[in-house]
Amino acid sequence: MEGIAGRNPLVTWLVHISAALLVIIWTVPTMGLFISSLRDKDQIAVSGWWTALSGSEQNLVERTAAPDEAVERDGTWVLEGNLFGENEGTVSAFGWRAQEPAAFQPGETAELRGGETLTVEKDGTYILSSVEQPEGKRGQRIFFTSLQPPKFTLDNYRNVLFSQGIGRSFINSLTVTIPSTVIPILIAAFAAYALAWMPFPGRALLLATVVGLLVVPLQMSLIPLLQMYNSVGGFLGVPAKTYAGIWLAHTGFGLPLAIYLLRNYMAGLPREIIESARVDGASDFEIFVKIILPLSFPALASFAIFQFLWVWNDLLIAMVFLGNNEEQLVLTGRLRELLGSRGGNWEILTASAFVTIIIPLLVFITLQRYLVRGLLAGSVKGG
Amino acid sequence: MGQILSALGVVILGVAACAGYFWGSNVILDRIYPPRGPNAGANIMRANTIRPWLFVGPALFALTIYLIYPVFASVWLSLHDRSGETFVGTSNYTWMLNDPEFRQSFRNNMLWLLIVPAGATFFGLLAAAVTDRIWWGNIAKSLIFLPMAISFIGASVIWKFIYDYRGEGQPEIGLLNAIVVGLGGEPHAWITMPFWNNVFLMVILIWIQTGFAMVILSAALRGIPEETIEAAVLDGASPLQIFFKIKVPQIWGTIAVVWTTITILVLKVFDIVLAMTNGQWNTQVLANLMFNWMFRGGGDFGRGAAIAVIIMVLVIPIMIWNIRNASKEQ
Amino acid sequence: MAELKLTKVGKAYGPVEVLRDIDLDIDTGELIVFVGPSGCGKSTLLRMIAGLERITSGTLEIDGKAMNDVPPAQRGIAMVFQSYALYPHMTVRDNMAFGMKIAKKPKAEIDAAVDKAAKMLQLTPYLDRLPKALSGGQRQRVAIGRAIVRDPKVFLFDEPLSNLDAALRVATRIEIAQLKERMPESTMIYVTHDQVEAMTLATRIVVLNGGNIEQVGPPLELYERPANVFVARFIGSPSMNIFEGRITGTGAQTRVELDQGGGAVVPVASGERDMGSSVKLGVRSEDLVPTTGEALIEGRVEIVEGLGETTLLHLERVGEAEPTIAKLPGIHSISRHETVRLGADPAKLHLFDVKGRSFHYR
Ligand SMILES: Nc1ncnc2c1ncn2[C@@H]1O[C@H](COP(=O)(O)OP(=O)(O)O)[C@@H](O)[C@H]1O
Ligand SMILES: [Mg+2]
Repeated sequence: MEGIAGRNPLVTWLVHISAALLVIIWTVPTMGLFISSLRDKDQIAVSGWWTALSGSEQNLVERTAAPDEAVERDGTWVLEGNLFGENEGTVSAFGWRAQEPAAFQPGETAELRGGETLTVEKDGTYILSSVEQPEGKRGQRIFFTSLQPPKFTLDNYRNVLFSQGIGRSFINSLTVTIPSTVIPILIAAFAAYALAWMPFPGRALLLATVVGLLVVPLQMSLIPLLQMYNSVGGFLGVPAKTYAGIWLAHTGFGLPLAIYLLRNYMAGLPREIIESARVDGASDFEIFVKIILPLSFPALASFAIFQFLWVWNDLLIAMVFLGNNEEQLVLTGRLRELLGSRGGNWEILTASAFVTIIIPLLVFITLQRYLVRGLLAGSVKGG
Repeated sequence: MGQILSALGVVILGVAACAGYFWGSNVILDRIYPPRGPNAGANIMRANTIRPWLFVGPALFALTIYLIYPVFASVWLSLHDRSGETFVGTSNYTWMLNDPEFRQSFRNNMLWLLIVPAGATFFGLLAAAVTDRIWWGNIAKSLIFLPMAISFIGASVIWKFIYDYRGEGQPEIGLLNAIVVGLGGEPHAWITMPFWNNVFLMVILIWIQTGFAMVILSAALRGIPEETIEAAVLDGASPLQIFFKIKVPQIWGTIAVVWTTITILVLKVFDIVLAMTNGQWNTQVLANLMFNWMFRGGGDFGRGAAIAVIIMVLVIPIMIWNIRNASKEQ
Repeated sequence: MAELKLTKVGKAYGPVEVLRDIDLDIDTGELIVFVGPSGCGKSTLLRMIAGLERITSGTLEIDGKAMNDVPPAQRGIAMVFQSYALYPHMTVRDNMAFGMKIAKKPKAEIDAAVDKAAKMLQLTPYLDRLPKALSGGQRQRVAIGRAIVRDPKVFLFDEPLSNLDAALRVATRIEIAQLKERMPESTMIYVTHDQVEAMTLATRIVVLNGGNIEQVGPPLELYERPANVFVARFIGSPSMNIFEGRITGTGAQTRVELDQGGGAVVPVASGERDMGSSVKLGVRSEDLVPTTGEALIEGRVEIVEGLGETTLLHLERVGEAEPTIAKLPGIHSISRHETVRLGADPAKLHLFDVKGRSFHYR
């Protein structure tokens, strides 16, 4: 196709531009989140993340030192100091009246109401001089516009991981995810083998049921299961909301896709391999463990990735089947809580959100090949 | 840490238990009907009628408890009162029809059903078409695909940040308002803007699902025989004509699959609404409403179940279509 | 006037040169066949003429106009693909009409053209079917019909018969020959790796090998006077037998002694300086006859293949890796391990120099 003669080069350009636009729209939101999570929390609140590199402009007010600290020098009383104190910054304008906070350029001399003169330099040092000895405890107010240098920090992450409970929730999420990913694979693999290679009455019906269950909305299961968990918990004298409960729930909900994917894959394996093993005297159990399982690795891997992502990212099941306490709150649940309680604190939200999405992103990037293969097996083939 | 270790312990234990069950049950079966001796033939026959059930047993059990039984139980519960004990006939359904919040949710869900699958499929198709034709297409694909890995709640935070509104006179830190202001417009509180706020929530799901649509449609597009496209070039078709008259008609089946898959996802959408508005400002949807009723005022299981049944009913046509297609393939 | 002219045409994929310096003039009404082993660049050359591949170097002219940068649809060509390339979602009628619809031709004109082509190819009953409801041969005819409807100056065929079974291939080959007769004004270029198709269809054959043209000429000329060893062995079945030898006599006729014994006088001229040089002597299987006189070769029969109309003898000769094959007409009662002496009419001998070039064309 590349070689077709007389092709309009404009089309090629259009294609490149549309692709670039799509990529930008699809990546910028996440990038904004990531950049913001690394910014100083005061800067996040006053300037957009896209200005992160150019520093931020802030309108500030400071008072000079108390007038009675003024020292006499060559007949004038002088107050000296730095508007930034110990910190660094750049003054781009200053003034002494609230109405005109940026009336003067740094280095200029302003004449105040009482005859004093005020000079503020770029680096924030000021000199307030007057002929008479000033009195009082309250210093003169100076309005100034300050250019803060861009500041990047890991403080937000330190904060959310150790003070906002994200660290703990990370562990809870792992606790939920690992068993919920492994257990369904095992159960599904056996069932998939039987559905693919062992004739038995009702096989077609069972397969149709699995396909049907693929799309049953979770919502249908929530209330009956909640009731069941409550009564089982009451009967056994244990809490209704336990990790064991959510592992089993995720197992049940993940099974249709697992069985479907694995069966499709196993059914595609060459019949000769299985039949020659049978002729060699292998039992179904041996055939499954020694031949089918190793050959099905790609399908197992794609389902494992699906299930991992789905469980890690799940909020609904965790909210219904796990408690709201420190020991059981998973990352998605914690993020939702923070969204409610710290809705305006973007430094906390962005850092927390990034912690919750980083693992799936890494899994996704490194294992994308298997994931795509699984997606294709699950949708294109299954129709 | 201890918790993770115990989780790992459970994994090992669970795997061992599963393996033990499958292995043990097979061994027992072979003891009962030994494939040797005088009755070997008959024994093998009998064992082979039982063995498949040993293999599918655990899966069948879990499916029954977690999916099949609840479907019936939900229907049954939807005919009962809030505690699930007193039979109330269809009164939960008549309540629903008259409840403004339910109607609003239903209307919004229909909007979601129209816009999100269409949007995701359209952008997915566009992305597939353009990325298949450029040398950096694979990188572009990966980047567009990436949001699929992000949880709905994480995506909600990302987009809430984009829709952020600071109010008059303050510098806008939300990207959308910054762009609007940059173009000379007025900033808005997008999330509370009636009707359009629904669309802003849908954008999040479209953003997530486009990658899925793109990957599948791109595979389908690449499966089109190159020669039919060359034949169209020889017939004088322009790139657009080739795309719409030759390529798209050949992948209708796949487009339908993508569309229905996203449709099902949309019916279940819950996290995004919960996180962004929790149904305020006329953005309620069925799944979130159902969740609300599950816990509202101690929980009304009857109404919650009735709403779940409605979601299920909406899914059924797709379910039948899927089953028909799958059995056609056998 | 040459209707289609290739001048020093070359094609490279990056550093890989696939075709080099192809010069070819094709006249109106010719049926040219490109033939050559798989991977020699036949399809590439055809696709460059179609405009589906860019021409790396050289020029392509059709009717005197340079075509290098003209889009495929405006070159006045139509192509029939190996896999038919029918649009699977369109009926036979729509498949054939697509090009004209794109060109916004009036409906009546499209219908007339489609109906005419359908009648010519006996496709009329199938016009409203989808391609998947047709047999392989019918699909192939639709593909040809689609080309006819476009009324091109040049038809291009890329191995159009290779997806058909043997019987259908013969039938369709004859149909194509008849089609050509009914459209004497149209030029056809036909790619195949099958020499039978090439021999039976072509007005001229272009033998390609490794990106070069080995020889261009009418089928029988290629058979009788191959320009080199490659063409000699490629055309004809079984392949021509080639023997190494040396020139021992020059002049109007050339005497050759074979390295493994035997010899012949070949009626081609050679010069003094050829004396003693190594040569290759070629003789077709069907030109070898049992003889009692001076034998060209003598060998032990290893395999006898009796086909009824002919008998194939595979002879093993000391020092020769490849067996020599003789094709004798009719049935012969020669048994294995018998030694036979074979000779040939000197006029049927082919003499090539060390580099494989025929003495005829020196
Ligand atoms: N897109 C390509 N990139 C690199 N090499 C190619 C490409 N297409 C064809 N070739 C090479 O060009 C040569 C000629 O191919 P082709 O014209 O298809 O041969 P054939 O004579 O069998 O039709 C082959 O060696 C093939 O490997
Ligand atoms: Mg070819």
